[in-house]
Amino acid sequence: MTDTIAADSVGIVTPQTVHFDQKIELECSKFLPAYDLVYESYGELNASKNNAVLICHALSSHHHAAGYHSTEDTKPGWWENCIGPGKAIDTNKFFVVCPNNLGGCHGSTGPSSINPETKRPWGSDFPMMTVKDWVKVQARLADYLGISCWAAVIGGSLGGMQVLQWSIDFPERLKNAVVIASTPKLSAQNIAFNEVARQAILSDPNFHQGHYYQYDTYPKQGLILARMVGHITYLSDDAMRTKFGRDLQSGKFHFGFDVEFQVESYLRHQGEMFSKNFDANTYLLMTKALDYFDPAREFNGDLRLALKNALCKFLVISFTTDWRFSSERSQDIVNTLLLENKNVSYADIDAPQGHDSFLMPIPRYIKIFKNYMDRVHDELNMEGKV
Amino acid sequence: MSAVNLRPELEIIQGWIKPSARILDLGCGDGQLLAFLYADRNVKGYGLEIDEEKIAECVRKGVNVIEQNLDGDLSNFADNSFDTVIMTQALQVMQQPDKVLAEMTRIGKEAIVTFPNFGHWKTRLFLGLKGMMPVSETLPYSWYNTPNIHLCTFKDFEALCEENQYRIMNRNVTDMYHNRGSWLSRRFPNLLGEIAVYRIKQHG
Repeated sequence: MTDTIAADSVGIVTPQTVHFDQKIELECSKFLPAYDLVYESYGELNASKNNAVLICHALSSHHHAAGYHSTEDTKPGWWENCIGPGKAIDTNKFFVVCPNNLGGCHGSTGPSSINPETKRPWGSDFPMMTVKDWVKVQARLADYLGISCWAAVIGGSLGGMQVLQWSIDFPERLKNAVVIASTPKLSAQNIAFNEVARQAILSDPNFHQGHYYQYDTYPKQGLILARMVGHITYLSDDAMRTKFGRDLQSGKFHFGFDVEFQVESYLRHQGEMFSKNFDANTYLLMTKALDYFDPAREFNGDLRLALKNALCKFLVISFTTDWRFSSERSQDIVNTLLLENKNVSYADIDAPQGHDSFLMPIPRYIKIFKNYMDRVHDELNMEGKV
Repeated sequence: MSAVNLRPELEIIQGWIKPSARILDLGCGDGQLLAFLYADRNVKGYGLEIDEEKIAECVRKGVNVIEQNLDGDLSNFADNSFDTVIMTQALQVMQQPDKVLAEMTRIGKEAIVTFPNFGHWKTRLFLGLKGMMPVSETLPYSWYNTPNIHLCTFKDFEALCEENQYRIMNRNVTDMYHNRGSWLSRRFPNLLGEIAVYRIKQHG
């Protein structure tokens, strides 16, 4: 339980659910006849409805980006460091919207939802989702909220991919794109790690071809393993060395396979916690969405062509110790935007925390991010005066 | 970078920039020059900078800034892709100033470069009389902590241009107090000019 809520927190928030009765055609050629989308919002939409900001979430997160659901909550939303009054994404200035993507497991329609045809959970019959599909759904949410153009679309990691896709698919519906710790496509190594994670889940005896809900069980061990391997890629070698080194739990070797090194204990704990809160089918689906992401593919593999029609300004941020989506991948995006003469700023933040840096309150990162967003807000005001 | 105030050079550079030009500013600092040229000349442009504080200031001004080290590779910029590549007061801190100049004239249809003139009479006098490395308002550092590792004079610079067949289109001298264009400094630039402002391009 949290004793006091910080003054720079959005405080207690309540998620909203929108039901869409409009069928959605998906990239995999399947469709959903109807679906629910859960989202949170912080701050106020102004009269001209031009101060809205969309937050796109990453692989294992959801719509709860900031604040607390109740005073009983021990932890705030996943991007509390960046969203709130006076923060980089200042809720005194912006109306901030964060939906849980379709296929998720936190309230939006996903594999654990009931398939209206079979009256049973979708399980592995839930259609495969792509970044492009999510962006399409987010655009429908914008329509529903009466937002014709976002002041900014913002995301880290898989969220950053959605931001890029927004700039390509709906160039007139965003003024700014903030792409953090992301990449224009996954490398073979990235896909390889995802495949290990998937195999851990798929080979768990409790997976039951994805229909484990019916057996009142779930592939817990597989999910734990998937998260453990994923988690290693989120941290840098340095961060792990600093945090755990070779420290032992009890100070001596036991010559067995129980937890001995602190890093083992940490990974097992992270896996265990994750397995209690995340659906295995959603994890499978999200990792595939990562693998499939490659907006250049529709343009003969030419990212320049893909980004040619983008109209927004871009802020691209990477972190020096991120080896999952390294600085070079962000520079690929930046250099393409430069060749296409787009408005772009780029910072490569020197930080030891690896891929997870984008979630952390690193002063230089936050300053650049906040300055950019303050400028976005100034430009909204300038626009109002013309 | 050196602690020189940009203002005296600004006017000179501004006069050489065509409206709506595409500008690349190497070592753009807090984005002062680009912000000025955006407003005054409606240019489209980017600055390169490595200091994160300064990058943050550029971003706040709405100046496009890219974190990139000028001593590294600039091959991400295509040949002749900018009308003008500018570098103010940074030539002397480069590891290899000749390479940077080559890149500037490759990327830009023309290049503008400014640097403190080590041939100025005060500098000569300081070294000549005191026998110590000159310290002045333009060059405020001691020899052991100066970022200015490749200082040169007007003559040195022009020799390099000749060697590499860069055409000098304009040359201006100025001092910290905006006094430029006196007949004396035009007559003896290498002696009386504190800051050199050159506009160069590749031959042909």
